[in-house]
Amino acid sequence: MADRKVIIIGSGPAGLTAALYTARANLKPLLIEGLEAGGQLMLTTMVENWPGFRDGIMGPDLMAEMRVQAERFGTDVMQGNVARVDLNRRPFSFAFADGRSVTSDALVIATGASARWLEIGVDRKLSGHGVSTCATCDGYFFRGKPIAVVGGGDSAMEEAIYLTRFASKVTVIHRRDSLRASKIMQDKAFANAKIEFIWDSEIADIRDVTRGEVTGIVVRNLKTAKLTEVPLDGVFIAIGHTPNTALFRGQIELDEAGYILTHHGSKTSCPGVFAAGDVQDHVYRQAITAAGSGCMAAIDAERYLDGLPIPDETTDNAACLVAPPTSEILKP
Amino acid sequence: MASEKVKTFTDGNFDTEIKSGVTMVDFWAEWCGPCRLLAPTVDAIATEYDGRVSVAKLNIDENPNVPGRFMIRGIPTLLIFKNGELADQIVGLAPKEEITKKLDQHL
Repeated sequence: MADRKVIIIGSGPAGLTAALYTARANLKPLLIEGLEAGGQLMLTTMVENWPGFRDGIMGPDLMAEMRVQAERFGTDVMQGNVARVDLNRRPFSFAFADGRSVTSDALVIATGASARWLEIGVDRKLSGHGVSTCATCDGYFFRGKPIAVVGGGDSAMEEAIYLTRFASKVTVIHRRDSLRASKIMQDKAFANAKIEFIWDSEIADIRDVTRGEVTGIVVRNLKTAKLTEVPLDGVFIAIGHTPNTALFRGQIELDEAGYILTHHGSKTSCPGVFAAGDVQDHVYRQAITAAGSGCMAAIDAERYLDGLPIPDETTDNAACLVAPPTSEILKP
Repeated sequence: MASEKVKTFTDGNFDTEIKSGVTMVDFWAEWCGPCRLLAPTVDAIATEYDGRVSVAKLNIDENPNVPGRFMIRGIPTLLIFKNGELADQIVGLAPKEEITKKLDQHL
């Protein structure tokens, strides 16, 4: 018999909403919160598009409320990161790096997505020394200094605007000649006197690794191939996210970019495994859509558990098994 | 409720405190969300490595000098010192196993 009816991995809006609904359905969910507990909203400031808060709510406060609400109805929250999963056998099993393990009949994957880095290597070497993916964490260190923000979406504009509180000047570097960000965010950014734009360009290099700090960047114009040195003190990267699916690779179907493929609501290729939030959504990626899909996954999991053992097409879990032998997946 | 095993370093006592043995310093601030997420891990390590590693926190708002000296531009950052010399660093949120693996290399 499984330790749990349902386990939820991830503690952003998708995971916590799945927890709330499964808890209220008396399934006593275990939520494994993961390293970046609370998800991407923990790194934001004011959230102005979460319905019900006319004046907005701080991202971390919203997540704290969601968590307390989920716990109030009986969600158990466990700290830590799952190191290995085995979806090839029932019940599903989950192992932690410290040797603990736990099993469940159903699983909701809500592991979200993490910030992408540039692909020039040097950005990671200077992480914590002038290159950052978190404006709210690190903006403070750039008071009165010129910095760059890379990206053209809503997150990039939010970071650029936020960083003008500290920086003397914010230069947005974007690969295209127009922004992908929503109209309201574009207007805010264009109206801000501290924000400048370098269009059709990418960062070719960041100086200066040997000194262990950022002293400037080399910008490449993608149309003319011309290289320009720009002296500055910090680089904030906001070029999107990568889904956190390494744990499940080979056991459920993913698309080419690594997102979990869902069908008929939140179902994955593996019966009993449901996915919600940014881990399966590269289109909408909003807190509210993540929460909505978390609710769907909870309801789907509940229906699945009511009907056990009837996975929709198969009974032998063959659909879960796209890859490696179980011995490699779960070492006790 | 930080563990009582975790010391508090300041610009004033930093150099004296890191002089001997292995020391791990957590650079943090109140307003830093990921710092709050890392805190329980730092507490757990302080208890687990009690007597072998001196574990401390340094508030970067109240103590600007030490973070400046080590060119810290992002938090949380963990610096590991051995007999006063910088031996290792971990930038950003890291799982406990990754931190203890680095610590073990210096013990």
